Amino acid sequence: MSVEIGGIGSSVKRKEDARFIRGKGKYVDDVKLPGMLYLDIARSPYAHARIKSIDTSKALKIPGVAAVITGKDLVPLNLHWMPTLMSDKQMVLPTDTVLYQAQEVAAVVATERYIAADGVAAIEVEYEPLPVVVDPKKALEPGAPVLREDREQKNNHIWHWEVGDKAGTDKAFRDAEVVVKQDLYIPRIHVASIETCGIVASWDKVEGKLTVWMTTQAPHAIRTVIALVAGHLGLAEHKIRVISPDIGGGFGGKVPVYPGYVLAIGASVLTGAPVKWIEDRSENIQADSFARDYHISAELAAKKDGTMQALRVKTIADHGAFDAAANPSKYPAGLFHIITGSYPFQKSFVEVDGAYTNKPPGGIAYRCSFRVTEAAFTIERLVDVLALELKKDPAALRMQNFIKPEAFPYKSALGWEYDSGDYGRALKLAMDTIDYAGLRKEQATKRAKGELMGIGISSFTEIVGAGPSKQFDILGIKMFDSAEIRVHPTGKAMVRLGVKSQGQGHETTFAQIVAEELGLPVGDIAVEEGDTDTAPYGLGTYASRSTPVAGGATAIAARKIREKARLIAAHLLEANPDDVEWKDYKFQVKGVPAKTKTMQEVAFAAYTNHPQGMEAGLEAVDYYDPPNLTYPFGSYICVVDIDRGTGEVKIRRFVAVDDCGTIINPMIVEGQIHGGLTMGLAPALYEQITYDEQGNIQGGNFMDYLLPTAMETPNWETAKTTTPSPHHPIGAKGVGESATVGAPAAIANAVVDALAHLGVRHIDIPITPWKVQQILKANGAAE
Amino acid sequence: MAVETAPAKTTTGQKLHRIHVVVNGAAHDVDVEPRTLLVHFLRENLGMTGTHIGCDTTSCGACTVLLNGRAVKSCTLFAVQVDQASIATVEGLEKDGKLHPIQEGFHQEHGLQCGFCTPGMMMTAVGFLATNPAPTELQIREAISGNLCRCTGYVNIVKSIDYAARKLREPAEGKAPDVR
Repeated sequence: MSVEIGGIGSSVKRKEDARFIRGKGKYVDDVKLPGMLYLDIARSPYAHARIKSIDTSKALKIPGVAAVITGKDLVPLNLHWMPTLMSDKQMVLPTDTVLYQAQEVAAVVATERYIAADGVAAIEVEYEPLPVVVDPKKALEPGAPVLREDREQKNNHIWHWEVGDKAGTDKAFRDAEVVVKQDLYIPRIHVASIETCGIVASWDKVEGKLTVWMTTQAPHAIRTVIALVAGHLGLAEHKIRVISPDIGGGFGGKVPVYPGYVLAIGASVLTGAPVKWIEDRSENIQADSFARDYHISAELAAKKDGTMQALRVKTIADHGAFDAAANPSKYPAGLFHIITGSYPFQKSFVEVDGAYTNKPPGGIAYRCSFRVTEAAFTIERLVDVLALELKKDPAALRMQNFIKPEAFPYKSALGWEYDSGDYGRALKLAMDTIDYAGLRKEQATKRAKGELMGIGISSFTEIVGAGPSKQFDILGIKMFDSAEIRVHPTGKAMVRLGVKSQGQGHETTFAQIVAEELGLPVGDIAVEEGDTDTAPYGLGTYASRSTPVAGGATAIAARKIREKARLIAAHLLEANPDDVEWKDYKFQVKGVPAKTKTMQEVAFAAYTNHPQGMEAGLEAVDYYDPPNLTYPFGSYICVVDIDRGTGEVKIRRFVAVDDCGTIINPMIVEGQIHGGLTMGLAPALYEQITYDEQGNIQGGNFMDYLLPTAMETPNWETAKTTTPSPHHPIGAKGVGESATVGAPAAIANAVVDALAHLGVRHIDIPITPWKVQQILKANGAAE
Repeated sequence: MAVETAPAKTTTGQKLHRIHVVVNGAAHDVDVEPRTLLVHFLRENLGMTGTHIGCDTTSCGACTVLLNGRAVKSCTLFAVQVDQASIATVEGLEKDGKLHPIQEGFHQEHGLQCGFCTPGMMMTAVGFLATNPAPTELQIREAISGNLCRCTGYVNIVKSIDYAARKLREPAEGKAPDVR
């Protein structure tokens, strides 16, 4: 590691801060083009209704309204439906029925933002309400109203997916000494990045070129989707430019294609003017990017001594009206089969059934890699249920069962090959840091006095970095990623990537990888992302894949450059290339420390004095197809105190030990963990989107949907172990989502632990004061 | 004193009002619709896009600016309400090429990630530190509880504000006295 150049392992201050702290970031809503029009959307007040008529005449009479678009207008263009990323399709605008509250019904384009809103208010729609189905279990019952009339299959079942050895697992359960079973509901939540979604679409009729500025985590994939969906309208991929400018948080919510994007593009083509659509918060939280909504029934078979043997899980996945999740195409339930977690189950079987309901499309990630939180929460909760059943200490039960360090690479019962891990070391560090033994003593004393204190553990294993192309694709596009590096004559470098930062600090960390590999100071390396006209093709940033995939591409591209540079260095040093080695960030003739060339000297020579017969220049591209996924892990311990009067859960301490392999920038990694922990706290205690029986959303704005503030969020304590990934070029595993995946179970386990002596075995998240108070009252423990 | 305005109207028949407002020290006399929100006035009329919009219920604080020195949410005020007032936004924090201590603090303590809540968070902090120059951690947390951040988990934001507080307390010469 070199602190001087700001290489791997240095807490380099972020380059991108310079513009953000001055208010000079450029987000989509900051884009203003001459003659730009504004688009606003009329939405359905009903969760399920037939549209009898849409009267746009009053809207069209408003001065400044340029156009009103309804589903009927899109039919001739074949744009009234669009494909989702999961081989389903989704309405852009309805022609007959609406399937959820806040669904897009019509769009107004006007010269000003407020006039577009006036237009929306003037649209008159006559609806005939239809029976509403909000419960996915009822949706799957025979005789339930069929929501998707467009499908040949006349029920609400989307797909069945299963993995594992069913017969073997069933036998293991029949033979088991101990079986515990727990039903869990992992509620529907919303990523609610502080910047909502939006687009500026600009169609240049003369050039036949479409330029869009869009809140997208995956600009290249979006370009290809636009070309595939609207190719028949003359949009060709070499004349589509997708720019993902500064993004105000993504967390998975900016992966899908929303109808508003399509409408803005259509409106720009229709009017010939640039069109901006920025959704407001209520629209964002009522119609876009829902996560989770898994109804899980999980069973664990074990020996009386605590040895875990088998796992059996049945799940109903509520996908809302369209399966618009963004999972790899072969995995409709994502990577949910990481559910065996940190334990060596001999047999496992998992099945998931997807269901349609009258809700907006669900199944988007919430800062986690494709259903990994659902899996980690279930197994870590279930381990505590087993501990209670066997009256064992939950830490000891975990230590007893962990996959041992020497077992890696470890092949799980459900088919994954874990790259590396040392789970016991992480848990021990967490226990030592928080003084686990001392806390248990304190808890016993407090319990004797009637005070409620709980300690919860979560020793999660993640699966990120999709992915090996043999397994992973989205809409057929393989999930590789890319880096292109150009070293200029004066020794400064430009790096372009197929991924796209939404706050993760790529401009700094990817420069650090190049600094480390090429010996150039981090300040001399510029990183650019998010413009499909200049960046190499990639699948984008989500599922913690930037470092595992594009990070690998960056290191390998840099090494390609270093290899060419070595030949140039040999030429300059008048040495045999075999005698030139890379040492201390310089080329040196072996055994002759005085004969060296810096990368800057080599770069200049690459353009001014390169060996005859060699191509000039110093550039490389790499499209990296990882050989395997990476498996970050960690152990979290949470201590809670519960107010017996209000039922409020207070987090007293939370120690997070994370192991994400090689760390590029410790400061940024810690920041990612802080943020991830807070997005783990949120669904554990606060966030949930519910619907009443008529499908009316409860919590469709920031007054009702409770994001944690600085008052609820504890002072997170972090620590680390480092177990590099053996297959990654720099040993890194990725970290953006670990804490969101690991934290909820630690918090829920702590609350259950605090109430376990009352006979409590499980409480569904979010664990609100009301739920706790009901339990206290029922047990005569309320104050 | 309110400026007399001509009965100008927009295309939609909205009557325009002339307002006089000083933003980051520069005076502006602008005709606005009565319904124009202050945040849209700053972003659209004046082109100052550092102030952001994150919600429609006065919950997130991304739009926070200082109105006569007090932190307010500019999505919940009409532009006509700030007639004759003085507004400070993120764009005015840096003076003569020198960062404000709050900007320095956010950079040094890694108090931002995506940067979207940052301007509002910093303006809230500046308004707060003017009233409480030596806050405790809990007081800082209370002060920013009307500003939502989805990236950082607030720990480093609290540190950033504490950094700025210490820096602002520094005498012109010498080191910061530790008041706490």
